[in-house]
Amino acid sequence: MIHSWLKHLPGGRSLIIVVPYLWMLLFFLIPFIIVFKISFSTSALSIPPYRELLQWTDEAVKLTVHFGNYLFLMEDRLYWVAYLSSLKIAAIATILCLLICYPVAYAMAHAPSHWRNLLLMLVVLPSWTSFLIRVYAWMGILKNNGYLNNLLIWAGILDEPIQMLNSSFAVYIGIVYAYMPFMILPLYTNLVKHDHSLVEASLDLGAPPWKTFLTVTLPLSKNGVIAGSMLVFIPSVGEFIIPELLGGPETLMIGKVLWQEFFNNRDWPVASAVAMVMLALLVIPIMLFQHYQSREMGQNP
Amino acid sequence: MKAQRLGTFSISSLVIGFGFLYIPMLILVIYSFNASRLVTVWAGFSTKWYVELFQDQQLLDAAWMSLKIAFLTACMSLVMGMLASLALVRLGRFRGKMSFAGMIPAPLVMPEVFTGLSLLLLFVAMEKSFGWPGGRGMLTIWIAHVTFSTAFVTVILSSRLKEIDRSLEEAGMDLGASPLKVFFVITIPIITPALLAAWLLAFTLSLDDLVIASFVSGPGSTTLPMKVFSSVRLGISPKINALASIIIALVSLGVLTAGWIVRGWERKKTLGIPQ
Repeated sequence: MIHSWLKHLPGGRSLIIVVPYLWMLLFFLIPFIIVFKISFSTSALSIPPYRELLQWTDEAVKLTVHFGNYLFLMEDRLYWVAYLSSLKIAAIATILCLLICYPVAYAMAHAPSHWRNLLLMLVVLPSWTSFLIRVYAWMGILKNNGYLNNLLIWAGILDEPIQMLNSSFAVYIGIVYAYMPFMILPLYTNLVKHDHSLVEASLDLGAPPWKTFLTVTLPLSKNGVIAGSMLVFIPSVGEFIIPELLGGPETLMIGKVLWQEFFNNRDWPVASAVAMVMLALLVIPIMLFQHYQSREMGQNP
Repeated sequence: MKAQRLGTFSISSLVIGFGFLYIPMLILVIYSFNASRLVTVWAGFSTKWYVELFQDQQLLDAAWMSLKIAFLTACMSLVMGMLASLALVRLGRFRGKMSFAGMIPAPLVMPEVFTGLSLLLLFVAMEKSFGWPGGRGMLTIWIAHVTFSTAFVTVILSSRLKEIDRSLEEAGMDLGASPLKVFFVITIPIITPALLAAWLLAFTLSLDDLVIASFVSGPGSTTLPMKVFSSVRLGISPKINALASIIIALVSLGVLTAGWIVRGWERKKTLGIPQ
């Protein structure tokens, strides 16, 4: 019998673990180590364009660790400015996104139950279309002779078009718009589980609605706020498409700097060092998110 | 949570929120039928940009390449994600479970530029050491896409696996079915909606990726987002509006169909009709 043979196959259980484990080791962990390694190398005119750290010379292994890339990043103001402005732009955009999405998620969670699935579908639908296309949509809206300027001139609010595309304003709009679904979904899943009797108790005891919100609803939704904010903040810091298409010369973001270092300057070791520092800045937000996520996934029912 | 009547504040935040979300896409669709080359000035109804779109052989080739990669990515990451979520949810404790549970969802939060760069450096290093994967192209893009899609698939499937009633599986085992048979005859049919959702998510993630594919692709393997990006960089174009409208239409159709199918399944379940 075929299945009794399979049942006694010793590898069944370990095969389930080993296959995805090996895949992740090979294509996630090892690449990570390689970036770390190459960030201590120097660029060279060869293929691939970097020097090996370990070299065989006269029957001895020579290890050259080069800290120059990190020193270079510390000395050049460009990188400092890029890191700081990425963090600042991502933080402001995350707060804006939270302020816009919280009321929406709250209203969705309080909507009649036959509406909720439809609203949920409407939130998810844009994220199934293309990210690139959704950022592109704002290029037409914000450009000098774009829809928004035309509308404002037509309405008599403006006399001549103002520069909106290629500015930090456009980058904020782009991030908020593109990452909205990632903020709404965790907030909604959290808010919809709340026990409404707590809010009623607070209101019955005479607390005004705003106080009830601040002391009951908001603290209860802490996990949703953290999850949503991290899902917006972390990818925004390394964002490339939005600053490239909507940003201007003054919106320096580290994802774009890394891209240029790699594709235009072809300096792989510096690009690796830029990537490692970027990740170091994101360690705390990532740990916060991982803590929340792996606890959710790893726990048994 | 108990449903109540929505206040004015809630209704206006829904209107503003969804307006913000949908108006830009609506504008894209409307102006894709604009006769003028100047995308933002309306000059009458025309479908000529759609005709031009379907005559652009490079764009069609890129679209075909993207669809092939997305299909293969979705299939592979479904298998990987299924194995990973079984390992996380069903196999109890094993050595290295903590590192496994930490590593699997990590690509979800990695900045794309980091993932792209790190995979490229791996492929280059592998090529140098043992001559594989022999240049970069479809295969390397597929590997990169499977790696990050598996994270999403695992999140969806493991949360579904945790919810399902295990008594059905236990009944199957008690009646003498092998674990493998129980898995295919009982577990798989129960989680089919989640499998469908995960497959579709992996498919669209792969279809949409620009940054990672740009790092790990080689000459001759240009994907649709790479083609669109190089055109969009030069400014807005009515042809891209037409392409965007087609994508929006297909996605809406897909989401509606999937929603309709899942609702049918749920109704069948509540009526107690055996599958």
